[in-house]
Amino acid sequence: MAISLDLLVNAIVAGLLLGGFYAAVTVGVTISFGMLDIVNIAHPAFIMLGSFVAYILNSNFAIDPILIGVAMTPVFFLVGMAVYQIYYYAFERRGEESIQGLAFFFGLLFVAEVALILVFGVDYRFVDAPYIGPSLHLGFVDLPLRMLIPFLVSLLMLAVLQVFLGRTFIGRAILAVSQDRLALQLMAANPSRVKRIAFGISIATASVAGALLIIIQPVEPSIGRDYIGRIFAICVLGGMTSFPGMLAGAVLIGVVESITATFYGPSWAPAIAFGFLLLTLAVRPAGILGR
Amino acid sequence: MTAQLILEASGVGKRFGGFVALENIDLTVATGERLGLIGPNGSGKSTLVNCLSGTLHHDSGNIVFDGRPIDGVPAYQRTRLGLARSFQLPKPFRSLSLIDNLRIPLLYTVNARHGAHLAGAAIQERCRGLLADVGLADKALHLPRDLTQVEMRKLELARAVASAPRLLFADEAMAGLSPSEVEEILAVLFRLNEQGITIVLIEHIMRAVMSFSTRLVVLVAGQKIADGSPQEAIRNPEVERAYLGE
Amino acid sequence: MGSTKFWIVSFIVAVGFLVLTRWLIGNEYYFFAAYQVLQFIVLATAWNILGGYTGYTNFGTGAFFAVGAYTAVVLHKTTSLPLPVMMLAGGVMSGIVGFGMGYLTLRLKGVFFAIATLALAIVAQTLIVNWDFVGGSRGIYVIRPQYAPISGSYIQYLYSLMLALTWISVAIARSIERSTLGLGFNAIRDDEQAAEAAGVPTLRLKLISTTLSGALMGMSGAPLPYYVTYLDPASSFNLSYAVNSVAMPLIGGMTSWVGPVIGAILLGTIQQLATVTISSALNLLIVGVLLIVFVVIAPNGIVGLVQSRRRARRR
Repeated sequence: MAISLDLLVNAIVAGLLLGGFYAAVTVGVTISFGMLDIVNIAHPAFIMLGSFVAYILNSNFAIDPILIGVAMTPVFFLVGMAVYQIYYYAFERRGEESIQGLAFFFGLLFVAEVALILVFGVDYRFVDAPYIGPSLHLGFVDLPLRMLIPFLVSLLMLAVLQVFLGRTFIGRAILAVSQDRLALQLMAANPSRVKRIAFGISIATASVAGALLIIIQPVEPSIGRDYIGRIFAICVLGGMTSFPGMLAGAVLIGVVESITATFYGPSWAPAIAFGFLLLTLAVRPAGILGR
Repeated sequence: MTAQLILEASGVGKRFGGFVALENIDLTVATGERLGLIGPNGSGKSTLVNCLSGTLHHDSGNIVFDGRPIDGVPAYQRTRLGLARSFQLPKPFRSLSLIDNLRIPLLYTVNARHGAHLAGAAIQERCRGLLADVGLADKALHLPRDLTQVEMRKLELARAVASAPRLLFADEAMAGLSPSEVEEILAVLFRLNEQGITIVLIEHIMRAVMSFSTRLVVLVAGQKIADGSPQEAIRNPEVERAYLGE
Repeated sequence: MGSTKFWIVSFIVAVGFLVLTRWLIGNEYYFFAAYQVLQFIVLATAWNILGGYTGYTNFGTGAFFAVGAYTAVVLHKTTSLPLPVMMLAGGVMSGIVGFGMGYLTLRLKGVFFAIATLALAIVAQTLIVNWDFVGGSRGIYVIRPQYAPISGSYIQYLYSLMLALTWISVAIARSIERSTLGLGFNAIRDDEQAAEAAGVPTLRLKLISTTLSGALMGMSGAPLPYYVTYLDPASSFNLSYAVNSVAMPLIGGMTSWVGPVIGAILLGTIQQLATVTISSALNLLIVGVLLIVFVVIAPNGIVGLVQSRRRARRR
């Protein structure tokens, strides 16, 4: 039993670290879907782009991937704003057309994946960094740096976003849009401009998340699909708009996945998140911490 | 034989998480009467309508419609039994013409009742008749997006009436309309009542409610605080307090 | 044209087309390619019953399709039933899956329903991958019979069956369109709450929609093992089926049976040409890009464009 306990604790710790990272992956959708009601199921595609950008710059110029991720956020921000413009022009302006909106993002997701396959092929790609490899050892607990560092960076990014949303004018405008669009219009702030910035931010997070992903594991284009379920499961579990809720949900899923992978094999991991999602939607649509 | 009381709701309660929207509501509606249901914003009027019509599940209490208990009966079934409602914000079927908007309740309620099967031509006729009753006959083949605000409200009412109900909940059908438009809608409701439909009018426009209702129920913060003739109800000090503040 | 008449007329057209093509065309490649296009017509039409008519977006087409295919594999290994019976069986199995999916997802709206369908597809794929009897992840080889039950090559036989299924699917779609059921579907699509308040039994209709849609998809998948002779989960559950079955009705137009047919023929043909001339990955890219372009510029598809031009001319 002692061996199993060892494995179990390590699995839990790994799950915790993974969960923190999952939160960074999900925060973009918490903003775009939870707050803005935009069904961006293509978010994993942007994360994959982030991973591959990190791969290119890292393998060609030996720049640290996290640095790349952060440095590329302005670019991703602009891309996000452009995507929102198209979305707004095509759908939001014309009113409720949910199938078309979904199909749009589904198309984006698919096109991104196929484009990446065409350019990079289906081989796994990885980055090189001094913290990929070594681990910290606390007793029998292993803390691989390639998971610990992304975990810390994720928490940092969440904290920065939380402060931004709560303290800056634009941040609070975003929160206002998510809660009451009419009120914002009456306040003479243009909701679509605020939404555009918010969506840009949500895609910008994908730049960092993508860089963190390729640090944690080697990446190939179709991995994005596994993340669709995870991201929405965590978003719903977390109550859609709450950051603390999202973090709790992310950690929960991370831990359960990790334990399942350790004891039953990794092929079941994607099903876990989807299972959680279905369960949550069936039982408690308001999430863990409620709305 | 229709029961004297077409609707009896006792102890109806509904909460959303920690928020109590309705607390222990007793409501009776006599067959053929015109009942006014008023209360400040957020008092629970729409929630009550949603619970009675089946759109929401009530947490406690029982509801008896025309002598039979309807707790747990799904909304579409309640409509078939004769309990219809119109929506506060009109919810037309946007991709269908006005006439098709009315065809749906006819096909799915009237035709679903035993022995009431209407053939295609008869249905078409009845749809046109219903549209004419609310003054929308000339827009029969238009889509809802071609309608003005008041026309949408009329369509909403017409659709509820198309199911040949015995009890109709008209949920804030006049909000935001001009005085003459309010008169139009009121006229429609009076006419429906004369044709034998019991009507519960949920409204904010006091003038309309007072002239329409034979009895008034007042809801404040999820509780019923008055139930009686319109004159009595508004003279009730609690009602005054709720509307005018301390 | 009334529904019965349409069934008869379309039957005549289908039979005529079948006889003509089999008599005049000698090149086997035509039958290979046409099979695929016909298969897409069925998938697109089936998808549209749940998507365009009822308003529920299904991203799990691959699951229903593959369940049909693997049902055929199981029957092939354990019995010697004729292929049409296997198609029916595939339809039944996929119909059950559709019913189950509908039942589980009854409260989900919009994107949640769509993601649940993706979840379903992944669960189904995981189960098949772990089922050794049908080959698991390694896949399975199916020997194409040398002789078809009717004259001609086996591929011509598959082509004939798929043509028959296409006829059935299109006729079913059109019948629904003109019926009370179809009107009920539309009401659910436009406003589910209002539909329920108007007396439409939304749960029941949604289940009918998911079951029927799934069943047709399953039937179209049943002949696949004989067509490809090598079946594996990765290709049969491929997301390209989901993208295609969304893109074709969307590009063709989702409000009528004509849309999926146009979309399937258009996109199916483009893909056949592209696979031969360029590469198969690039052809998927074309589908995705076309989907995005059309959904932004012409959200009501080709049928929608024609309709609005007609309406403009009327004014």
